[in-house]
Amino acid sequence: MDSQEAQEYLTNFVNVTSTQFHKLPGSAIFLRYVKSSYQDDPVRSAVELFLVLFAIRYLLAPKYSTKPNYVKLSEEEIDDLVDEWVPEPLVAKATPFEDAELEKRPVIVGPSGPRSKLTNGRTVTNLASYNFYNFVSNENLKERAIQTLRTYGVGPCGPPGFYGTQDVHMKIEADIAAFLGTTACIIYAQAFSTISSVIPAFSKRGDIIVADKAVNYAIRKGIQISRSAVRWYEHNDMEDLQRVLAKVTKEQAKKPLTRRFIITEGLFENVGDMADLPKIIELKLKYKFRLILDESWSFGVLGRTGRGLTEHQHVDAAEVDMLIGSMAGPLSAAGGFCAGSDEVVEHQRLSASSYTFSAALPAIAAVTASETLMMLQTQPELFVQLKENIRSMWTQLDPRSDWMYCTSTPENPIMLLTLKPEVVSSRRLTIEDQQQLLQDIVDECLAQNVLITRAKTLPAGPSGAKTDVYVPSPALKVCITLGLTKKEIEKSGIIIRHAITKILTRKR
Amino acid sequence: MPRRLSNAPLSSSPPTPWPSFSPTEKGGSLVSKTSQKASKIAHFFSTSPKTKDAQSAAAALLAASKAQEQAFLASGTPMPSVPSLSLPSISLSTARADSANMDEPPTTLFQPPSPAETRKLAKQHAQFGPLNSQSHRYPSRHQGGEFPDPVMDEPPYYYLLTTYISYLILIIFGHVRDFFGMRLKEDNYRHLKARNGYAALNSDFDNFYVRRLKMRINDCFNRPTTGVPGRYITLLDRTSEDGNLHFNLTGTTTETLNMSSYNYLGFAQSEGPCADSVEEVIRKYGLSTSSARSEVGTSDLAVECEQLIAEFVGKESAMVFSMGFGTNASIFPALVGKGDLIISDELNHASIRFGSRLSGAMIASFKHNDMADLETKLREAISQGQPRTHRPWKKILVVVEGLYSMEGTMCNLPGLVRLKKRYKFHLFIDEAHSIGALGPRGRGVCDYFGIDPSEVDILMGTLTKSFGANGGYVNGDKATIDKLRVTNAGTIYGEAPSPAVLAQIIASLRLMNGELIPGQGEERLQRIAFNSRYLRLGLKRLGFIIYGHDDSPIIPLLLYNPAKMPAFSHEMLKRKISVVVVGYPATPLISSRARFCVSAAHNKDDLDRFLAACDEIGNVLQLKFSSGVAGGAPPLAEGVTWELEQSRKRLEKHDKVAKSLVHVPRWSLDEVIKRGVQDVKVPLR
Repeated sequence: MDSQEAQEYLTNFVNVTSTQFHKLPGSAIFLRYVKSSYQDDPVRSAVELFLVLFAIRYLLAPKYSTKPNYVKLSEEEIDDLVDEWVPEPLVAKATPFEDAELEKRPVIVGPSGPRSKLTNGRTVTNLASYNFYNFVSNENLKERAIQTLRTYGVGPCGPPGFYGTQDVHMKIEADIAAFLGTTACIIYAQAFSTISSVIPAFSKRGDIIVADKAVNYAIRKGIQISRSAVRWYEHNDMEDLQRVLAKVTKEQAKKPLTRRFIITEGLFENVGDMADLPKIIELKLKYKFRLILDESWSFGVLGRTGRGLTEHQHVDAAEVDMLIGSMAGPLSAAGGFCAGSDEVVEHQRLSASSYTFSAALPAIAAVTASETLMMLQTQPELFVQLKENIRSMWTQLDPRSDWMYCTSTPENPIMLLTLKPEVVSSRRLTIEDQQQLLQDIVDECLAQNVLITRAKTLPAGPSGAKTDVYVPSPALKVCITLGLTKKEIEKSGIIIRHAITKILTRKR
Repeated sequence: MPRRLSNAPLSSSPPTPWPSFSPTEKGGSLVSKTSQKASKIAHFFSTSPKTKDAQSAAAALLAASKAQEQAFLASGTPMPSVPSLSLPSISLSTARADSANMDEPPTTLFQPPSPAETRKLAKQHAQFGPLNSQSHRYPSRHQGGEFPDPVMDEPPYYYLLTTYISYLILIIFGHVRDFFGMRLKEDNYRHLKARNGYAALNSDFDNFYVRRLKMRINDCFNRPTTGVPGRYITLLDRTSEDGNLHFNLTGTTTETLNMSSYNYLGFAQSEGPCADSVEEVIRKYGLSTSSARSEVGTSDLAVECEQLIAEFVGKESAMVFSMGFGTNASIFPALVGKGDLIISDELNHASIRFGSRLSGAMIASFKHNDMADLETKLREAISQGQPRTHRPWKKILVVVEGLYSMEGTMCNLPGLVRLKKRYKFHLFIDEAHSIGALGPRGRGVCDYFGIDPSEVDILMGTLTKSFGANGGYVNGDKATIDKLRVTNAGTIYGEAPSPAVLAQIIASLRLMNGELIPGQGEERLQRIAFNSRYLRLGLKRLGFIIYGHDDSPIIPLLLYNPAKMPAFSHEMLKRKISVVVVGYPATPLISSRARFCVSAAHNKDDLDRFLAACDEIGNVLQLKFSSGVAGGAPPLAEGVTWELEQSRKRLEKHDKVAKSLVHVPRWSLDEVIKRGVQDVKVPLR
């Protein structure tokens, strides 16, 4: 009875499933396939069956970690480890030198013009701001800035891609491109972040970068982010550059072609001297490299009208593939730019992270940059005067000091003064000692109402990283401005010189 | 300031439930003033704000002024709201307001504003809309209890399938065009091929994607603008004759409703106390500080600004930087290094990734907002130690964002704090979008959840968004910040923020903390919270799939099919509304979306207009495919409390009630607008 019922049920079930199965699209094909393969080749069917079973077993198998030397621990053991673990504090304790540095940081009340008032109430001669042409307190520029404020507000409240591109941004881009003679230009919201994004936008893993050893921190960070292979050449040593380029070309001859870049600076932030652009261009063309030139400190300074290193050394700016500059220094605005060909610029609009993912530049800064750029073009006497002021300071310091010399080129309004090598070696000064000495000089100058500063630097890379190849020598920074007369510059120069002598001859 | 004087009688109007509202915010237009009065009288005569009665009562009482009556009836909104200038044509045209009053002798106390004043007001309102009604405010605050994960609704499979097919077609087409193009029009492809011994400058998949997919819809991106990105934004019209490769400006402009800028608190203004203070500072301080902060770029303004930020956020010390992206890019190397571990939310912003990579620390990531996954990762990291050596990590830094800019989700701060107590990691929150936009006092996620900021080690944020300025800040304990000041690249190499930017930050912070014009900050906060909830609920009820938490002012509307991105953007532009559309790679390939940013500068009229536009476009583009699991349901029936409802839901979840029981929201626009204001005040469902 029961078995009969069960049998009936089973037949019924089989019938229903088979009709259902036949209703499925493609079931006939499947059946035909199974039948024909079985008849012709039972071995094949067996193998297929085995594979199916294996796949099922594999899918049902428990998961295991693919991480090497993973230690399997019980939940209690993990809890114990969690309890035991003592993390380090988020940041280490500040060193006495760092504390002192923070304490001594000057705070300017009011405008940072050639004569600045500090919080302690003293008015000092400011030889530390990058206010070369004294645009900071220019009344016309202020009026233009206020007009802009009344039309655009302050911030553009969005990244350039999402309604943050304003007409003034397009204007300054066109202005810079026209000024330099390149086809296009793109602006960034901060000068410091510009090149760190430009480099990884083009140079990727597997590409090759040949860079000057003395390049600034931002370039190093850009190279680090790009994950490209990097080769260094001795600072401003064109023979070494040629050697490195030849070596790279030889090594890469058999490999697939990759992008190759030379990266250097117009005026070096760490040293103050100038690159030999015609030679670099010659080498780059010979060895088929592209050139990324950081003109952050030379744009608006070098050349007859401030076009930078290209103008100073009579090179067409279009020869430089990517020309990076700053609108924050001499132009007294804010932000940075990269000028180049259409393809170079358009590519950055999507691939340069600090352009794509950052809010746009405030309209006020864009307008100020347009205006100051115009002033530089229409007032060539600015450059003549600036050179004279630099010369006045230069004569007070460089040839006359027994202790320090200026590493900057005579055209650079930022004079970097470092201790002479013989002084360092005879006194066996470490980098920290030198920094302490320089800080004492800065303090002494401030006591005499002259505000200069020390070139502040960070170690170039995370400790142990390969980028850590160059340590800039500690330097004093003296920035020349047109806001002071020649007499005043000379007077300050004498004060600085005396301060240097006083600190370096004092008994310890 | 004549503006403030002229508005003086308004700000003393008694029957508002809100103690304060600012004179500059309130519309001073003739129309809105009188009708406000009208509604006051209406309130007086009818106990319940039944609108029809109110309208007739008001009309009867105000028969003397025809223009006002017309304006009032024309407003048509069933709520006792104030009709006001709303549409971008700045309908507060001088003709209308003046002519009505020229014809008849004025029977009211109001003096018609002079044409110049009207123009000024119109400009002001184009930047910051007047508040229609005091009922359009809501404090942004976590309601307590477990912080729910937002429900991610999914469209029918049909849409997912068509999305994949669309991409497939686009990619095939792109390759076909490239194949023939490279052979037939070699000049156009020169820069993509190795030539002359130079490798192509860019030739990977990204490049293909940009040329062949993004280029088709390029006119939806990088739209140039002019003027203030406030309530309205003025776009420069442009055309392209070569498939969006180049654009030509036509020279005309279009004023559009701005649903795209990160102008959360509406501080993008060229008038008002902030702009006045910026002007004063430019005159006094000049244009730039021309130095890095660590050298001589520190001005008294910067010090003041840092103190204000620290006070506002609720930490001991703060640092301010000139760029938000740069802040993150330079702070991580100063915080962590070799031997440290960063555990980062998978959807963290590019700047966090950039900074983390620079730091040299190991980077792990956890599933977006998934506390269970984070805990697993933490347990594994602490118990396994560093890879290969098994040495314990020196420290672990968990990095999250307060409010995610593409998802509209908030971080689960209560959950994070709970885990932090157990696992002793350091917590870094990027409040780029949440500062100012969340919390009853606008102080970000800590404020929103009522958690003491001291529970979080580093609170980073930007000043670009809520405060209408530029730059970023980092907040922490005094000792931490003092150390960071001398060890982070942003202070040492980055240019200092300009005086104008600092002045904008200072003024907006003073407004928010009530030092300047008390009450205005509060109004801005409550308006953005109301607007966010109102729009979100409205869109959900219309049937769209919306991501994110209820109080977030970032509202992503899911489009899925790639072709719907340009279609949506164009249709919106036709209706004079500017929106942001985003697709891959900013989002996963299939979930292309339109993203709206709500602002305190919007008022209900703007949002209603926007809802109407979404409704129309949603019908045309077939975008209404929500299943109802993510909300949009009508409010609870009378007598059912929120707690009851929650427990019922839990039970349902437990019993696995079929989805078919969930009501599919497809409300009509009128219904949405009618119910909206009341329903946003109760917990949304």
